[in-house]
Amino acid sequence: MSEPIKVPTMAEYMAQGKQPEVLFWVGCAGSFDDRAKKITKAFVKLLHNAKVDFAVLGTEESCTGDPAKRAGNEFLFQMQAMGNIEVLNAYEVKKIVTACPHCFNTIKNEYPELGGSYEVIHHTQFLKDLLVEGRLRVEGGKFKGKRITFHDPCYLGRANGEYEAPRELLEKLEVELVEMRRCKSRGLCCGAGGAQMFKEAEPGDKEVNIERTEEAIETQPDIIAAGCPFCNTMLTDGVKGKEKEGDIQVLDVAEMIANAEDL
Amino acid sequence: MQYIPNILFLIALIAGIGYFTKNIRKLIRNIKLGQEVDASNHKAERWSNVVRIALGQSKMVVRPVAGLLHIIVYVGFIVINIEVLEIIIDGLFGTHRIFSGMGVVYDYLIATFEILALLVLVGVIFFWTRRNIQKIRRFWAREMKGWPKNDANYILYFEMVLMVLFLTMNAADLQLQRIGADHYTQAGMFPVSQYIVPLLEGFSESTLILIERTAWWLHILGILVFLNYLYFSKHLHIILAFPNVYFGKVVPKGKFKNLESVTNEVKLMMDPNADPFAAPAEGTEAPAKFGASDVMDLNQIQLLNAYTCTECGRCTSECPANLTGKKLSPRKIMMDTRDRLEEVGKNIKANGEFKPDGKQLLDDYILREELWACTTCNACVEACPVSIDPLSIIMDMRQYLVMEQSAAPQELNVAMTNIENNGAPWPYNQMDRLNWKNE
Repeated sequence: MSEPIKVPTMAEYMAQGKQPEVLFWVGCAGSFDDRAKKITKAFVKLLHNAKVDFAVLGTEESCTGDPAKRAGNEFLFQMQAMGNIEVLNAYEVKKIVTACPHCFNTIKNEYPELGGSYEVIHHTQFLKDLLVEGRLRVEGGKFKGKRITFHDPCYLGRANGEYEAPRELLEKLEVELVEMRRCKSRGLCCGAGGAQMFKEAEPGDKEVNIERTEEAIETQPDIIAAGCPFCNTMLTDGVKGKEKEGDIQVLDVAEMIANAEDL
Repeated sequence: MQYIPNILFLIALIAGIGYFTKNIRKLIRNIKLGQEVDASNHKAERWSNVVRIALGQSKMVVRPVAGLLHIIVYVGFIVINIEVLEIIIDGLFGTHRIFSGMGVVYDYLIATFEILALLVLVGVIFFWTRRNIQKIRRFWAREMKGWPKNDANYILYFEMVLMVLFLTMNAADLQLQRIGADHYTQAGMFPVSQYIVPLLEGFSESTLILIERTAWWLHILGILVFLNYLYFSKHLHIILAFPNVYFGKVVPKGKFKNLESVTNEVKLMMDPNADPFAAPAEGTEAPAKFGASDVMDLNQIQLLNAYTCTECGRCTSECPANLTGKKLSPRKIMMDTRDRLEEVGKNIKANGEFKPDGKQLLDDYILREELWACTTCNACVEACPVSIDPLSIIMDMRQYLVMEQSAAPQELNVAMTNIENNGAPWPYNQMDRLNWKNE
């Protein structure tokens, strides 16, 4: 496909005796899921564009343990956490950015008590900071005037109180931001959290992602913006389920910024 | 003979407050059946939460109609209770309107009580209509059948009757003042009950006294009965909301607690210097149990949560699982916890200590199907106006299912095995984690 992008690892940095400005925690979805990999690449393009000195753990990264913990397997969670903390501490990592709100929440909130204290930020917060510092320029480009609705990821929004960073980025794209009936602190889950992503739903009369997608469709958007690879999958499936994939795209905020400039 | 009313009043007061105290002690004992939990941190934030969320009702107004009605009833309840103080003094000492010496201040006080009483009456009628005529969905969910539905209505009827008695008492008093009856001091301003007075015109003094005394006695006895009804009702929230908000979660909602007993074991496993055959150190004992299958495994804050829940159903009406027809209802989690805790309390009372009754919170009250439907999205926690955390109970029970019983749904076992072996919930090799950069 396209030419390989330059993605330095922490091991390479260490070999050169250097420390990157920030560690990009890619996460399992960002590493393996075909849809989420596009988000990862878009974010990396933005990092390059803003001349951010970053590195990834690569093959030394492992699941944060979020799905295990939320499924009730505290033992497996802590095994994962301690393994990761050992690696992160060995590299003397100070600052971590991730495009997955689940990784973000777990490392930020649940690792410190286990010996892993870092400054952890979500990629939308990081991009907003780059914008404020003038390192990243965001302009409308091809999204100017488009109707966009933003789906709040539970683990970014309610769980950690960040509702504005993704919206500020979208506003910079000069889009027409429309809110769903249930948004921000009352935003409806996409249905993937709490390890639901990895199992069939319990019997009911509807899938959660369909309920949420219908609500998003009510706002008649051109694009549903997301900030989480799992929400992205759930909403993409929902849009397909409603046979609207010809009219509505589901995109991560980072992809939108990268695509706006055709990076 | 003339002291008989005073003595009867004293007896009623002692009986009312005494029985209430007894039940509160029972409640505290039941809560103490839970695991101890340290909540000595974040004091400033906790007090600020009490002021904002409990006293200030900040979360109630997220839903403006119900919020406004609730604030009216809440303010009315608190302010009108000043009048109860006067009633108690009058009752004990045979005085009449003892505070009337305050003059103009008293006039405005009584006027305020009257206006609030009317507003409470209107508010309560609105509440009743929302439940019984408008049939708002959250009041008609599965778990609301029978007692919970009746309980809610009984509370509303109680409040209606108390307010009507209060206004009737004032109306009769006003008319007695107007005809210059002995003992009925000229005092107070009656902006509401003056409109009831025309109904009483033409009654003799003795009939008016009978009406006034009857309303007075029924009002105060009604308050004492209502006080004692609390323990058996969802209405306990009028007291427990305050401590419950104080003990509410003060860390980010996404932060779930890490089990310390597990940390110790994992650390030991990962320590290359640890001797695998060493006997456990003195004083370290294996935890009795991971997670929760019954109320005694939950912590004291979770049990306080259960008693505080007033079954408003805001949690359930925001729950993605419930909204899409799954069995999970966060409100039911709280109601089940309280019901089981009461059952355990009765068991202890009957047997001196808890005698296994072949039942537990898991399966006999809360079904696995409910627990596994949760997306851990925190919508229920966010929605609760009194800082109840149903999600923490769901998580503790999942821990029991997975760590004690290995009873996770099959697909989750697959995902967990993948995490264990490959460091990802899918069956990809950890060595392929960076392949995306070349694709």
